[in-house]
Amino acid sequence: MEPITISRTELRQLVSRRWFLRDCGVSLGAMALLSVLGGRAAAALAGSAPANPLGPRQPHFKPKAKRVIYMFQAGAPSHLDLFDPKPELGKRSGKLPPPELLKDYRAAFINPNSALLGPKFKFAKHGQAGTEIAELLPKISEILDDVCLIRSMHTDAVNHAPAQIMMNTGSQQFGRPSLGAWTLYGLGTESENLPGYVVLSSANGTSGGASNWGCGFLPTIYAGVPFRSSGDPVLYLSNPKGFDDDTQRASLDALKKLNQLALADYHDPETLARIQNYEMAYRMQSSAPELMDFSKEPKHILEMYGVDPAKPNFARNCLLARRLIERGVRFVQLFHEAWDQHGDLKGGLTRNCKETDQASAALVKDLKQRGLLEDTLVIWGGEFGRTPMAQGTDDGRDHHNRSYSIWMTGAGIKRGIVYGETDELGFNVVRDPIHVHDLNATILHLLGFDHTKLTYRFQGRDFRLTDVHGEVVKGILA
Amino acid sequence: MFSRWIKVALSVIGAGILANAGAASFAPQYNRDIKPILSDHCFACHGQDDKARKSKLRLDTREGALKGGKSGTAAIVPGKTDESELIARITTHDEDDLMPPPDAKKPLTPEQVETLTRWVQSGAEYQGHWAFTAPTKPEVPKAGGKSKLGNPIDAFVLARLQREKLKPSPEARPEILLRRVYLDIVGLPPTPKYIDEFVRDYAKRGNVAYMELVDRLLASPRYAEKWARWWLDAARYADTDGYEKDLPREQWTWRDWVIEALHRDMPYDQFIVEQIAGDLLPNATQEQRVATGFLRNGMVNEEGAIINEQFRLEGMFDRMDTIGKSVLGLTLQCAQCHTHKYDPLTHEEYYRIFAFLNDTYEGTSRVYSKEQLATIERIQRGLAEKEAEIKKRLLDWESKLAEWEAEMAQKKVEWAYIDAIENEWVGGLAHPEKQKDKSILTLGFRPTTGELWATGITTETNITGLRIEALTHGDLPFGGPGRSHDGTFALSDLYVEAAPVSEIGANTNHAAEIKKGLVQIPLTNAVADIEAPDQPIKTKFRKSDDKRRVGPANYLIDGKDETAWSADLGLGQRHHDSQVVMKFATNGWESADATFLKVWLKFRHGGEDAHGRDNNFLGRFRLAITTAPDPHDDPLPASVRAAIATLKEQRTTDQQQLIFAAWRKSVPEFKELNEQIAELWKDYPEGESVLNLAQRDREWHRDTTIYERGNWQKPARKVEPGVPAFLHALRKGAPVNRLTFARWLADPRSPTTARVAVNRIWQSIFGVGLVETAEDFGMRSADPTHPELLDWLAVGFSEGTLGEKRTPWSLKQLIRAVVLSSTYRQDSRASETLLERDPRNRLLARGPRFRAEAEVVRDIALTTSGLLHEKMGGRSFFPPVPESLFALNFVKIDWKPAPAPERYRRSLYMFRRRSMPDPVMGSFDAPNGDFSCVRRVRSNTPLAALASLNEPVFVEAAQGLALRTLREGGGTDEERATYAFRACTGRAPKPAEVATILELLRSRDGRIAEGWVPAREVSVGDAKLPELPAGANPRQLAGWTIVSRVLLNLDETLTKN
Repeated sequence: MEPITISRTELRQLVSRRWFLRDCGVSLGAMALLSVLGGRAAAALAGSAPANPLGPRQPHFKPKAKRVIYMFQAGAPSHLDLFDPKPELGKRSGKLPPPELLKDYRAAFINPNSALLGPKFKFAKHGQAGTEIAELLPKISEILDDVCLIRSMHTDAVNHAPAQIMMNTGSQQFGRPSLGAWTLYGLGTESENLPGYVVLSSANGTSGGASNWGCGFLPTIYAGVPFRSSGDPVLYLSNPKGFDDDTQRASLDALKKLNQLALADYHDPETLARIQNYEMAYRMQSSAPELMDFSKEPKHILEMYGVDPAKPNFARNCLLARRLIERGVRFVQLFHEAWDQHGDLKGGLTRNCKETDQASAALVKDLKQRGLLEDTLVIWGGEFGRTPMAQGTDDGRDHHNRSYSIWMTGAGIKRGIVYGETDELGFNVVRDPIHVHDLNATILHLLGFDHTKLTYRFQGRDFRLTDVHGEVVKGILA
Repeated sequence: MFSRWIKVALSVIGAGILANAGAASFAPQYNRDIKPILSDHCFACHGQDDKARKSKLRLDTREGALKGGKSGTAAIVPGKTDESELIARITTHDEDDLMPPPDAKKPLTPEQVETLTRWVQSGAEYQGHWAFTAPTKPEVPKAGGKSKLGNPIDAFVLARLQREKLKPSPEARPEILLRRVYLDIVGLPPTPKYIDEFVRDYAKRGNVAYMELVDRLLASPRYAEKWARWWLDAARYADTDGYEKDLPREQWTWRDWVIEALHRDMPYDQFIVEQIAGDLLPNATQEQRVATGFLRNGMVNEEGAIINEQFRLEGMFDRMDTIGKSVLGLTLQCAQCHTHKYDPLTHEEYYRIFAFLNDTYEGTSRVYSKEQLATIERIQRGLAEKEAEIKKRLLDWESKLAEWEAEMAQKKVEWAYIDAIENEWVGGLAHPEKQKDKSILTLGFRPTTGELWATGITTETNITGLRIEALTHGDLPFGGPGRSHDGTFALSDLYVEAAPVSEIGANTNHAAEIKKGLVQIPLTNAVADIEAPDQPIKTKFRKSDDKRRVGPANYLIDGKDETAWSADLGLGQRHHDSQVVMKFATNGWESADATFLKVWLKFRHGGEDAHGRDNNFLGRFRLAITTAPDPHDDPLPASVRAAIATLKEQRTTDQQQLIFAAWRKSVPEFKELNEQIAELWKDYPEGESVLNLAQRDREWHRDTTIYERGNWQKPARKVEPGVPAFLHALRKGAPVNRLTFARWLADPRSPTTARVAVNRIWQSIFGVGLVETAEDFGMRSADPTHPELLDWLAVGFSEGTLGEKRTPWSLKQLIRAVVLSSTYRQDSRASETLLERDPRNRLLARGPRFRAEAEVVRDIALTTSGLLHEKMGGRSFFPPVPESLFALNFVKIDWKPAPAPERYRRSLYMFRRRSMPDPVMGSFDAPNGDFSCVRRVRSNTPLAALASLNEPVFVEAAQGLALRTLREGGGTDEERATYAFRACTGRAPKPAEVATILELLRSRDGRIAEGWVPAREVSVGDAKLPELPAGANPRQLAGWTIVSRVLLNLDETLTKN
C-alpha cells in the first residue's frame, strides 16, 4: 500500500494528496476550522494537510474482520495441562524423554534430559466435535463449538521478552511495530473520541513491556495506548485540581481562537491538526470516563463476566474490551502476565484459570449475542508452551518453543474445530504446524491484507510484520 | 466549497504531472530517474546479492546488464531498444515472460516503462551512487541577483529556487528570529527582557548584533545540553538496561562526557574516534575510556536462564546498527543475515566490520572526579615512598629479595586443574561456561542464592588437597572476580564429593543424575592468600535480623550457610585474583582407580531481590587438585608465582611490583611499614561507574566468524577485520585494530561520514535533512534536494573552512554557518502559492517551522515559568509519573520522584527507563533508546495535548508563569497579557490576541468569584500560597494560571516559528 507519511518524490506526494482528498475526505470539523481562512488559502491548506493518518481506510481486499480483541496470556500457559491432552505423557511420567527428541533441543532452565511429567488435570470431551480440554476451563468448554483450537503453534524464542515481542511484532529484536500498530496503520480507526488501539493489562507487567504494543518505526500515533486500571484511564485525562469543565471549555475555546489566528498567519497544516487534536483531547475527557462507567451494564452481564466494577482485573478488562469495540476502537489487546509456572504448576494454573476462564468465555458469548462476533476476530494465547519434562521435582515446567496451543474465534474463523497436532508427548508438532509468522499472516488476511504488501519503508527497506516469512493458514478459515 | 478545493487540488496534480512531462524531454539520468525504478522493481532478484540472483543476471552494473544472464542475451544494448531484452521483457504481454513477474506484485507503471526505454535509447549510462564517492568542494553558484546573501549556503539554495522560479521569503521579524535561534542553539526560549534588548540592539547594529548573539549562545553550556540530545538519540542512551528486567544502570558519566565534548567543541573526528576506540589511544585518559560507553549504551538481557552468547550477539548487531546509522549513514543491519540487497555490502564484509568490535570485554569501570583522582595519586605516591623507605633501610634489599625468590622457587606445589566435564547452576537460572584455561565463567542472569557444581575425573590416586582460585575477568563488573554491584563476591561454602569412576559407571556426563556412590570428603585447614577481616555482611545485602558474616577462608569449610569467604579488602583492593587452598582430611583420597569428583559452591550471601540486583557470587573460578604431601607448602598467590616464573628481564613493572610487595609482606621487620601501607588504602575513593569497551587480553582473544542468517547458533567460517570494498580503504600500514577502524570512520576520505553529520545537523534545524533519509545514504536513500550544498558543507566541515578561523570538524562552526545564512533567517510564513508548491519546505523558500522536540517543549514551559533549574550533569532525576504507570512494569524499581528544584532540571537529565517511556517525552516523540534513532518522527496527537495541558510539571509551569506575570508583567491586565504572551511565544500579541486572553481572564475571574473554581487549588494545588506582589490577590493568581495554561499550549509556544 502507499506509504502514508514518507514519500520519495514530489510526484508521489501529489498522488497521495489526491488519494487523501478522494479516500480520506476531510473531516467536517476541519472544514469548519478552515472557513476562517480565505477560500484559496483554505484550499491550499487542505491540499497540503497531512492525510488524517487515523482515518478509516480500505485494506487490500474485503476484510472478514473489522476489529480484533487479542487476549494475550503472557508468561506462556502450559498447553499440556490445559489444551493438549497427552495420556502417553501421563503414562511415562517420571521417565526420561527419548534421546532422539532432544537432538538440538534447548530449554531455558533445565537440562533437557530431565524426567517427563504427566498432565496435572483431567481432560474431558466438550462440544459437538468432542474436543478435549482440561477441567480447569469449565466456561471455555462451553464455547468450544465456536472456537478454533490450534494445537500446533511453534515459535523461535525460548525466553520471555524475545518470545513475547516475537508474537506481537514478528521479531525477537526490539523496535518493530506491533500487530495492533500495523492494523491501525493499515485500517485506521472508526473512533473519533478514543484511541484506535487500546491496551489493557491485568496481573503483572509483561516481560516484553511497552514494546509489545509499540509502534516501532511507524509514526507514534499507531502505538497502543494503555488504559490504566487506576487513576486516569488515559494518562493526564483529568484537568488539574480545581479546574471545572466550564473552565476547561473556556480555556480550549480561547486556545482554539488563538491558534486559528496563528493558522491564518502561518498557513501551517500542523497548526490545523493541533487545533483538532486539542478538541479530540476534550472529547476524550468525556468519552473515556463514560467508557469506564459500568453503571449501565445490566447485572446479568456483570455476572456473566464475573465483574466487580470496583475491581480492576482480567474480567473487567474483558468487559471493557467489548465496550471499546462497540465504540469503534479497532484493536484491543489484553495482557495477563501470570502463566510462568516453573514451579507451583498445579496451584498457579488453578488460580490463573479461575481468573481468566469465565471472563474469556463470557466475552465470546457476549459478542455473539450482540452480533459482534461476526466481524470481530478474537485470539487467546501466550508466547510459547511448556516442556513435557518437569522442572524441579514434579510441579513445574520450563519454557518450550516447539509446540503450544492457542484458540481463536470470530470473524472468518472456522468454528468448532481442532487444528494441528503434536506428538504423543506434546513435544513436537506433527501435523499442520503454524509458526508465529503464519499466525500473523492469517490475522492480517482476515483484516483484508496481503501480509506481503502491508509494508512500511524504513532505512531503505520495506518492512512488514511477517519479515520475509508467513503463509496464510487456510485450514482455520471459514 | 468542497468542490472548489477539489478543483484546486486537481489543478495542482495536473501541474505536477506537467512538470514531470517537462523533465521527460531530457535524457533520463541513472541516479535520479533510473536507479529508483530498478532498485524497487528489479534489484531484489537482479542486484548484487549473488545468492538471491535469478538467471545469473545482474542489472545493478552496466557490465552485468550488457552481458546478460544465463540465456546469454544482452539485457541492454545501449541505444537499441529493439535488441534490448530488458525492454522486451518489461513490455511483453506474455505473462510468462513479463518482468517483473506478475506474482512479485511489483508491476511497472507505463511512465516507468517509458523512462527505462528512453534511458536505453539514450545509451544506458550508469552512474556510481553519489553517496559512495567522497564529496569534493563544488563551486559556489553565482546565484542571488539582488537578494541578500548571508553566506554561500544561500547561493546554493537560491540557485535551486531560481530553477524552480521561486523567490526566497524576507527575513523573519527580529523577535521571531531571536526565539528561533535560541531554541536551535540552546534549546530554551529568550526572556521577555532579553527580547527587548535584542530588538533594540538589532535595530541599531543589525547583523553584528545577530552574529554576536549566535557566538554567545554557542559559547553557553546550555548549547552543549541541547545538542547532547542530538547525539544521545543516535547513541540509544537510556538509564536502564532494557529487556524484561530493565534495571537501572549508571551510564550518565558517558552522557556527561558528551556534554563536555560538545561544550569544548571537540572536533567531530576526534569525537568519533574516542567513542569507538578511546581506550586504545596512547596513554588513554579516564575520559577517553568513558567515551567508549557509546557502544555500550545498548540493551542487555539478563532474563533468567538466558544463554549469554545469544544476547551478546544481539548487542553486537545493535552496535553495528548504531555505527551504521549514526556515523556512516548506511543500513548495515541488512547484511547481518545475507548480502545487502541494495547496497554493495556483502555478508562477509558485514562480519569483517563486526570483527573490529568483537574482540572486546563488556567492561565496567570506575570514574573518578578530579579530587578523587588526586587522592588516588596521593595513595600511590605514599606507597612508592614507603617502599622507597624500605629500600633505603635495607641497603642490600636486592640480594635479600633474590634470596627470597630462590627460596620461593623451591616451595612450589604442583596443581592439576580440574577440567570440568559438566557444570551447572542448580535450577538453570544461570549457565556457567568452562573457558579454555579450565576456569568457569558465569555471565547472564545473576541469581542471589543457589548452588553451582562442577565435575571432573582425575587419574591421580592420592589426592591431598583442593584449590579454588577466584579470578578476575574483563566481562565482570569492574573486572570482578565477583558479580555483585561492585564486582565483589562472598562464597558461603565449598564441599567435594568423590567416587571411584568404576562405581559411577560410564555415564559420567549426566552428573545431575548421579545420586548414589558419591562420598563427601572432609576438608580442613582452608588458607587464603587474601581474606577480608571478619565482618558482618554488607548493608546492601542485609536482610532483617541478618546474622551473616564474611571473612576468612575457613568460613568456606565450616559447613555454615551464615558465613562466607571474601577476598574484598575494601576500595582499591578488591579486584584481584585470590585463592584458597584446602587439605583433604585424614590421609587424603586414595583410590586405585580414576576418581570422579563433584565440587559444590554454595551461595547464601546475596540479597533478597529476585531480579539479579543483589547477586553476590563469584563470577569466575578455577579448581585444582594436588598430590603434594602438604598442599600448603606454597605460600604464594598464583599471580606472584607467575611473576616469579617469568624471566627477570621479561617481567613487567606490575610483576616487579607484585614480587616486591609479596616479599616485603613476608619480612617481619617491615611489619610497621606494611601496616602503614595498608592504612594508606583506607582513603581510596569509590567513584562513579561507566560501561565501557576494553580490548580483550591476548589469552582471551575472540575470533569472529560469519553467522549464517545472523543466527547465533550458526557460526560459519572465520573472518578477519576489514572494511567494505565500496568505501575508502584503511590507512596503509596502520595496525588492523579497532583504533584504526575508528580513524577510518572519521576519515575525511569517507564518502559518508561528514555528509551524514552535516545532514543531521541540517535536519535538526530545518526539520528535514537535505537527504531525507538521515539514517540511510545507500542506494535506496532519498536523493538530496541540494546535493552541491550538502557536499559544500561536508567538505567545509571536515576542512574547517565554514568560518573565519580554520577549525576542522567543528560542530559549532557548522551550526554557526547554518544559522547565519539568510536561508535560515527567512520568515517561516508560507504564502498560499508556496504552500501548494512546496508543502514540506524542501526547497527552502521560507524559514523552518515545526513543533519543537520533546525535550525543548518541556524546557520551554520550565523557562517561561521561571522554574528551570540549571544544574548541569550528574545522576538523572526521576520525574513525577502517574502511579498507574508502574502497574505495567515487569520489575518495579525504586522510583522516587525528585522534589523541587531537582524536578525542574532540563529534560536531558530525566531518568529514562526503556520499558516505561516517560509519558510526556513519549507523547512528543522522544525515542526510548531501544535502538539508535537518527530521525525522530513528529506526531501531533490528542495524547500530547493532554500531557501539556495536565501533566503536573506543565501545570506547575502554568502556576509559575502566572506568579511571574503578576510579579513582573506590569500593572494592568493588558500589560500582563502582553508579558505572558511574549514569554511564551517571543513576540508581542496582536490586539485580537490580547482581547481573547482578556476575555478568558474576565470570564474566569467571574467564575472564581462565584466560587465555582477554587482559587487556591488552581494556583498552587496542594502547596502553600506564595507571597504575592502588592495589590495582587489569590483570585488574580488563579485567573492568570488558567490563562497561562492556555498560553503554554499555544501552537506558537510549542513550535519553533
